[in-house]
Amino acid sequence: NMIRTDEHSCNGTLKCHSDQKQQESNSLKNGYHRKEKVQKNDKGDCFHQPRVRGEDSFEEAPMYVAVLTYMNYGIVILFGYFRDFLRAVGLEKCHQAQEREEQRNFVPLYQDFENFYKRNLYTRVRDNWNRPICSFPGPFFDIMERVSDDYNWTFRLTGRTIENVINMGSYNYLGFAENNVDFLKTVAEETRQYGVGVCSTRQELGNLSIHEKLERLVAEFLGVESAMAFGMGFATNSMNIPALVGKGCLILSDELNHTSLILGARLSGATIRVFKHNNMQSLEKMLKESICSGQPRTHRAWKKILIMVEGIHSMEGSLVRLPEILALKKKYKAYLYLDEAHSIGAVGPTGRGVTEHFGVDPNEVDVLMGTFTKSFGAAGGYIAGKKELVDYLRSHSHSAVYATAMSPPVVEQIIRAIKCIMGVDGTTEGQRRVRQLAENTRYLRSRLKKMGFIIYGNQDSPVVPLLLYLPGKVGAFSRAMLKRKIGIVVVGFPATPITEARARFCVSAAHTREMLDKVLQSLDELGDDIKVKFSRHRSSYRPELYDETDFELDS
Amino acid sequence: MLKTVVLHNVLMETVIRRRRSDSVKMAAGQQWVLVEMVQAFYEAPAYHLILEGILILWIIRLLFSKTYKLQERSDLTEKEKEELIEEWQPEPLVPLVPKDHPSLNYDVVTGPPSHRIIVNGKECINFASFNFLGLLDSERVKLKALSSLKKYGVGTCGPRGFYGTFDVHLELEERLAKFMRTEEAIIYSYGFATIASAIPAYSKRGDIVFVDEAACFSIQKGLQASRSFVKYFKHNDMEDLERLLKEQEIEDQKNPRKARVIRRFIVVEGLYINAADICPLPELVKLKYKYKVRIFLEESMSFGVLGEYGRGVTEHFGVNIDDIDLISANMENALASIGGFCCGRSFVIDHQRLSGQGYCFSASLPPMLASAAIEALNIMEEDPGIFRVLQDKCKHMHKALQGTPGLKTVGEPLTPALHLLLENSTGSRTNDLKLLRAIVDYSLDRQIALTLARYLDKEERFLPPPSIRVVVTVEQTQEEMEKAAQCIREAAVKILK
Repeated sequence: NMIRTDEHSCNGTLKCHSDQKQQESNSLKNGYHRKEKVQKNDKGDCFHQPRVRGEDSFEEAPMYVAVLTYMNYGIVILFGYFRDFLRAVGLEKCHQAQEREEQRNFVPLYQDFENFYKRNLYTRVRDNWNRPICSFPGPFFDIMERVSDDYNWTFRLTGRTIENVINMGSYNYLGFAENNVDFLKTVAEETRQYGVGVCSTRQELGNLSIHEKLERLVAEFLGVESAMAFGMGFATNSMNIPALVGKGCLILSDELNHTSLILGARLSGATIRVFKHNNMQSLEKMLKESICSGQPRTHRAWKKILIMVEGIHSMEGSLVRLPEILALKKKYKAYLYLDEAHSIGAVGPTGRGVTEHFGVDPNEVDVLMGTFTKSFGAAGGYIAGKKELVDYLRSHSHSAVYATAMSPPVVEQIIRAIKCIMGVDGTTEGQRRVRQLAENTRYLRSRLKKMGFIIYGNQDSPVVPLLLYLPGKVGAFSRAMLKRKIGIVVVGFPATPITEARARFCVSAAHTREMLDKVLQSLDELGDDIKVKFSRHRSSYRPELYDETDFELDS
Repeated sequence: MLKTVVLHNVLMETVIRRRRSDSVKMAAGQQWVLVEMVQAFYEAPAYHLILEGILILWIIRLLFSKTYKLQERSDLTEKEKEELIEEWQPEPLVPLVPKDHPSLNYDVVTGPPSHRIIVNGKECINFASFNFLGLLDSERVKLKALSSLKKYGVGTCGPRGFYGTFDVHLELEERLAKFMRTEEAIIYSYGFATIASAIPAYSKRGDIVFVDEAACFSIQKGLQASRSFVKYFKHNDMEDLERLLKEQEIEDQKNPRKARVIRRFIVVEGLYINAADICPLPELVKLKYKYKVRIFLEESMSFGVLGEYGRGVTEHFGVNIDDIDLISANMENALASIGGFCCGRSFVIDHQRLSGQGYCFSASLPPMLASAAIEALNIMEEDPGIFRVLQDKCKHMHKALQGTPGLKTVGEPLTPALHLLLENSTGSRTNDLKLLRAIVDYSLDRQIALTLARYLDKEERFLPPPSIRVVVTVEQTQEEMEKAAQCIREAAVKILK
């Protein structure tokens, strides 16, 4: 078996880190490698509440799967060339939109390869994305039925809806995507009073008092001095990182960071270096070497170093090694930019994100970033931290100067959601949801593992990737699930490494045990049908002996 | 270095040998070449073979030997490294912002930013929000948003690809395409991200973009993200643009093979937000076909403003919209919602559904905001007279502001967002801004809400001069406009003595 499990008993001060013992044993068994890497850290007491991080698992697939995957791609690409040939000689009709006659002599707008992939690979499975829905994205949604008369080149809505599909795709972690009139009362009031737009930027005449109210609430919720909110999560990264770092600065970025972080880093003009995903050795090595050698060519010392990581990774389901990173950042005097897009609200005993999950003081993180799109069921993003930081952003953020301010009803939705989580609305509903999410997450994850699927990520992460590997299975899997009235997300190259196509489930507090059981049962059957139970780490699978109390959290 | 020299020698030798044998048996077919080479091998003198053998071995050695890199030779000991790390002191994450920094203390608006607006506790008439058509206050729009809220809630909890496509998004795209009379439209959830995502979806490293110097910040960011080669031409100066295009043509003739793959674009704004004037679109279209350059047009200020039916600058000039490769605009000004859209032919627009970063990787627009935009479009379509009203009011305001002592009115009469510049600068930007701010404050005290046009001084490619923005909307009455102009005149007289 080829299994990689990293276990961390607790925090990692650097001392612990260098003392760690690495046991690696490679043995050939039935032609497979077996590799186990266990890191043992001595107990340290530098953090207030040492907390078990839980396991991040990234089981590797059997060799034959990788071979088959490459073959699969090879065949599709060969067929692609063949069909392109048929199209060129006019035997196959080309459905793609064409350049205007008047502009045929212009330089082609697209390069060939980009289009090759889209034309010959993506089009085959295109029906699995962009499925239009016509209800709120709660635990169930209604999908508008589409058919294609020309092999996925165009779609036609049939006018029918597939009702009550279980939603395993939306980032509705705490179930705040809802249309309950009572819950949305204040949002409706704000809409009536304000309308939906603002028509100005924050720095001009778009700074409404409710924006400031939201920002105070966000800061209070996160337990930091100050916060600023922006209209789009993506832009929160791409338009604020350039305000923080620039030429002569170094960004150390996790290799799997989200496009918005990469774009922000690129726009900043800082030097960017990439370390392996969640790999502390790689990060430390890079920190050490970078400081010692300084800037390239001139060897001047760096102005500052910013480490950019994500709390929960949206495709891997992994949880950041926050305590270790904090220790490294302190030792090397770097700054930390923590993107909590998927983790705020979704982890931590009271939903305050990864800092709370690890029991570290949020003030130790220099820049706390997060979005309102996911757990809060709204739109936009925030940056929080020290007052100096936020003051600087207020005067220098690209977003504050050039982008229209947030829509008032959206602001109210966030306020309502945060108040609910904090319990200041006088109910325990928010906390119930946070607990429910944690329970659901553990339940789904462990049952899937027991069934023999390869599941990536941390046991506490509500992002649950199920590895499918073969591109051919991606489409089949998603379609079969939809037939069973379960909406899932599948992703493949280029969003994942070429051999690691996967399905992804996002657990929600709004999912009931029955819904999850239905999903699990469908997955179980389907996993056998289309053979995606690749794990060789399977423990005995006896659902009837299943003890439900296992999943109740002890906290 | 050595490696290349050796390789070069070997190559030369082969070439020379080929030439020799070619001259001997020129008439023979290609199949003889191999035979000849074998023959030549037998015929060659021993020293030659030995020399070549040595050369081949040498190449193999060079190929497999460890590359010698200067940078990797770090002779630092662990201790020295630790000392270096110990000594290194980073700059603070952010410099301290002085408490009186002009952009730190925002004006606070309580209540809705509509025609009547409360700024810093004072009730004013709004001359600052881009609510050109007054749709922010429209009851119809609000009701539509409310009914959408009731059905869909607020957030979409996903990007368009992953169940973030709602029926209202499809409807809005269809409606926008129909309104603009283009094949397809695509919506973004943030106005700023629209053109900033659209440009890098097409223009890549090595491509060339010709841009007007007055282009707005989101265009600048899009260009930066595209990593293309950017050439700026003087604002609205077609001769300067043609000069650059000609230069490029000469460059292309030098290397026609390369020229065949370099995409070229002209990026302009319909109505410049920074300069308040209209681009000469007909001339641009002529240049487009003459030099085979595609045109991207940013219409955030002109959409819903210019033209008989509010279709923007293409309608204003009567230019065939198909001659423009891509039109982008936000829905945050005239439509008074949130987000932006691009429209054009499907051949162009559809590409963004996989390559527009702000489209693919961001949560989609909240359905209630999309519904509001649809209703705003309905109003625009039902009552096209509104554009005429707006244009008349713009002309009126433009006229009323002429001759304000000490202030220069910048912008064309049709512009709904004018700039007031100082006629005589004090020579320092900070002081200029202070003077203008004093005028804004004076007006605020007299129920006229104005604002300074804000820029990031250090980030702008060509920083526009400090100015006061004056925005015209259909809701402003003749008297209110007169009052505003009068108030500004008074302020100017008082403050700019």
